[in-house]
Amino acid sequence: MNDAIVITQRDTVFMKDVDAQSSQKVSACYQCGNCTAGCPASFVYDMQANQIMRGVQLGLKEAVLNCRSLWMCLSCSTCSLRCPNSIDVAAVMETLRHMARRQNRITVPNVEKFWHSFLDTVRVCGRTYEIGVMALYILRSLRVFTDLDLAPEVLKKNKLPFMPHVVQNGGAAAIGRIMRRYKERAEREGVRP
Amino acid sequence: MKTTVAYYPGCSAHGFSVDYEKSTQAVCGALGIRLNDIPDWNCCGSTPAHAVDTELSAALCVRNLDNAVKADANELLTPCPSCLSNLRHAAKRMEDPRFRARVDELLDNPAPAVFPEVISVMQGIARRFDANALAERVKKPLKPLRLATYYGCLMSRPAEIMDFGDPENPTLMESMLTACGAEVVDFPLKTVCCGASFGIPERAVTARLSGRILALAADMRADALVVACPLCQMNLDLRQKQAEHAADAIFAMPVLYFTQAMGLALGVPPGRLGIEKLRVNANGLIDKIEAAASGSTAPVEGSRP
Ligand code: SF4
Ligand code: SF4
Repeated sequence: MNDAIVITQRDTVFMKDVDAQSSQKVSACYQCGNCTAGCPASFVYDMQANQIMRGVQLGLKEAVLNCRSLWMCLSCSTCSLRCPNSIDVAAVMETLRHMARRQNRITVPNVEKFWHSFLDTVRVCGRTYEIGVMALYILRSLRVFTDLDLAPEVLKKNKLPFMPHVVQNGGAAAIGRIMRRYKERAEREGVRP
Repeated sequence: MKTTVAYYPGCSAHGFSVDYEKSTQAVCGALGIRLNDIPDWNCCGSTPAHAVDTELSAALCVRNLDNAVKADANELLTPCPSCLSNLRHAAKRMEDPRFRARVDELLDNPAPAVFPEVISVMQGIARRFDANALAERVKKPLKPLRLATYYGCLMSRPAEIMDFGDPENPTLMESMLTACGAEVVDFPLKTVCCGASFGIPERAVTARLSGRILALAADMRADALVVACPLCQMNLDLRQKQAEHAADAIFAMPVLYFTQAMGLALGVPPGRLGIEKLRVNANGLIDKIEAAASGSTAPVEGSRP
């Protein structure tokens, strides 16, 4: 963010879009840095929370929507709580992540692969199921050794059932329908489901 | 108005937090609070659903709220802060008619106009039993234990949705454990994030954040961390070795659910609290409580006069 800003890359309606979708007023940010100071994920961010806020104000849409931080945010809301201007920074982060996803900008693919693996088990069973999530995630990410060190402990404690709990009385099918309608609507609206 | 309670266990209750579920059932049973599951409840969508789309997350939650309404419930208890957060966010967002219309499009039938109030099991117990009423029911005081409470980031934030007291300094768990006789330390990291659901895709983040919490609890000479969240418990207990590795330290810190600690105080046998499911062995804590309860004069480490 210390680099000179290329004026032609500024998107003048970006902040308005972000404000509308997050119900926040990003222009109120005066760069005190409180959000960044309290952010537990700051050590893995490529753009800090306050820099993202400034980026939105300046219309640096490309830089903001492509940053890794949107995917690494833990949604802990510490930033929102500590903002002296009562900006819900976590809601802005979530809105930006939704915007990036809808435009197929997936800067940290493994995080999204994990989410999809989780949601796939919900779509089929109506509930999630840890071994299923792990298996799908390993297939998607090709990270075969993810958490292999935990396996002996988990098995010894008999903590993870191998069989999914499927919601009865048509419940699983009802969830399948919710997920299908969501996907069809996203496709109709031309956004990434 | 008569309060009819429904219970939303959350998916992890049948998976890696069976111990939370067992101890929640045991404690509520001992206190006479009946927990009837919402019929055919489904996953609330957890972090992945709201990270992907707010309306999808709300639709998954609203189906549960709808089923609770059909079961005539006006109070919904859930042990899991992540489920609590999602259910409360959904109910709040449904107040916006445009949002409601978009969510209704995803559902089999339109959402009911009024939802039951969703609160945590912890609040549900506190509403029925204040500190004095709890203290009266304690059979084996946790007196010899020095405990650090850890709420995680979801239980108390955002404050306007969660309504759980001070968003950075909630104190409900402290008052309950104090009523159970424990010495509770003032733990400054009690609402600082443990790394949440990043344990799988970005485990270095979780190992570092959890490591900081465990290290401080050890520095403050806590006998155990007491938590209310299945994900926090997994990060701090099951993944404790990963955190130790990242921090190049040994913590050996037992991480109990608050229902396990309360259950011990109420005299519930440890076997019914799932204590054996903890990765970091907590038998030393039980021994201390038993020794104190049987009036043993053997010196108990960490006990205060
Ligand atoms: S919500 Fe995200 S940006 Fe805000 S403090 Fe937490 S991790 Fe950082
Ligand atoms: S805390 Fe609020 S005002 Fe301060 S930098 Fe962050 S968003 Fe801006």
